[in-house]
Amino acid sequence: MTPALALSNVTCTFAARGGAGRYTAVHDTSIAVAPGEFLSIVGPTGCGKSTLLNVAAGLLEPSAGSVTVAGVPLSGLNARAGYMFQADALMPWRDALGNVAAGLEFHGVKRAEARERAREWLARVGLAGFDDRYPHQLSGGMRKRVALAQMLILDPEILLMDEPFSALDVQTRQLMENELLELWSANRKSVVFITHDLEEAIALSDRVIALSAGPGCRPIGEFAIDLPRPRDVAEIRLAPRYVELHEAVWRVLRDEVLKGYAQQRK
Amino acid sequence: MARELKVGRGRLVLYQALLASAFFVAWWALTETKVLAPFFFGEPLKVVKVIWEWFSGGKIYPHLAITLWETVLAFAFGSLLGLIVGLWLALSPLASALADPYIKALNAMPRVILAPIFAVWFGLGVLSKVALGVTLVFFIVFFNVYQGVKEVSPVVLANARMLGASRRQLLRQIYLPSATAWVFSSLHTSVGMAFVGAVVGEYLGSAKGVGYLILQAEGTFDINTVFAGILVLTAFALLLDFAVTRIETRLLKWRPGQAETERL
Repeated sequence: MTPALALSNVTCTFAARGGAGRYTAVHDTSIAVAPGEFLSIVGPTGCGKSTLLNVAAGLLEPSAGSVTVAGVPLSGLNARAGYMFQADALMPWRDALGNVAAGLEFHGVKRAEARERAREWLARVGLAGFDDRYPHQLSGGMRKRVALAQMLILDPEILLMDEPFSALDVQTRQLMENELLELWSANRKSVVFITHDLEEAIALSDRVIALSAGPGCRPIGEFAIDLPRPRDVAEIRLAPRYVELHEAVWRVLRDEVLKGYAQQRK
Repeated sequence: MARELKVGRGRLVLYQALLASAFFVAWWALTETKVLAPFFFGEPLKVVKVIWEWFSGGKIYPHLAITLWETVLAFAFGSLLGLIVGLWLALSPLASALADPYIKALNAMPRVILAPIFAVWFGLGVLSKVALGVTLVFFIVFFNVYQGVKEVSPVVLANARMLGASRRQLLRQIYLPSATAWVFSSLHTSVGMAFVGAVVGEYLGSAKGVGYLILQAEGTFDINTVFAGILVLTAFALLLDFAVTRIETRLLKWRPGQAETERL
């Protein structure tokens, strides 16, 4: 089967700050996502996770290697992908409804229709009645819901998510994770979910890829997560199989986390 | 740390009025007792009388109308030009690099000096004052738009691109609103500058306007009328500023203000 998204031998090298020398964020990395698969990529902070995702989105051109989307080489932006950013990416001058409708409006859907569909989506992420709130009037969790609706309304085939819930408190985060799983299982997309949180990665995914610490990070381990679905992210953490998997991934990841930590302290 | 204001809104206005009254009483007392020479410092009662006669007799209205018209025109054209050029230079690195030294030079130049040249080019009518006002307003708006576009959040921009925004849509939906916020923060300054352009232009050569009235009074050493002109101008500058604040709060309601709580 053709993967929905494939990165082949991708290397990303940046000119180091100050102009002297180079910094290799990602080194010779190949990752493929099957249609309908939920893939998580975990790695220590400061490794090239976000860089990989930007390459997959077409926002960043790799120094070497190639990206194919459903077998077709990617040039320019990845139009089949939706991207959920780690930082707040909502337009502060549009209210919640305007933000969700933005994608449709950009694609030439009539304003009235776009707003009507946006209203449905806001309800689907649990924000009915918050239409006219501006981002600064919403809580962090609500803003993430708006961002989720903003991405999903365009019905992308591939979801690229860059630590989308890392800024949320634990309770809100588990709620959002469950909601994401529910939305995803209703309409199976390929997901590339970036996180530094191993528990989150295992609870959500079909497959987890562990990355080494930067610079020049690359995959160092791959784990199929054979936990049954549907899952509840809070309950699944108690399952014996979950604990086994967690231990297996952590064994691979631990040294890299320590390495990454040591580098950041330098 | 700023200390919290403990007086209510109404009381504050009262105190502000008292402060103004105290100033006028002091002015009156000092000139009445000849501590300050009335010839140089004017007499507040006569100043008020001049203002009263201006407004009751209707002599001021055509002059005021001209000055305000010049201000509005200078403000509108200066802002529009600043917005267009600001957007253009901010989005085109080549044009920006090319224009950079000239923009800096023009901004550093004391532009009031241009007034006589504008008078030669555009005559003594409204146009030469508008031209002077435009040169003053343009740079304020230009720099703010430029800054506003440069400081568009890269994440918001990337998000809009991923949502499928074309270059045109990015300009309209991302750059423009982002720049507008900056423009509005500069609006108070630029309205003031448009006013300065109009009055200075009139002062340097005209046949109408409040600046012209002040110039005439100065010619006859009528210091009271000069002060009256200054007071009228100040009052209208305050009024313009108030109008800008109203428009600003309406257009920028998306901007986070102080913590908002609703009273139940």
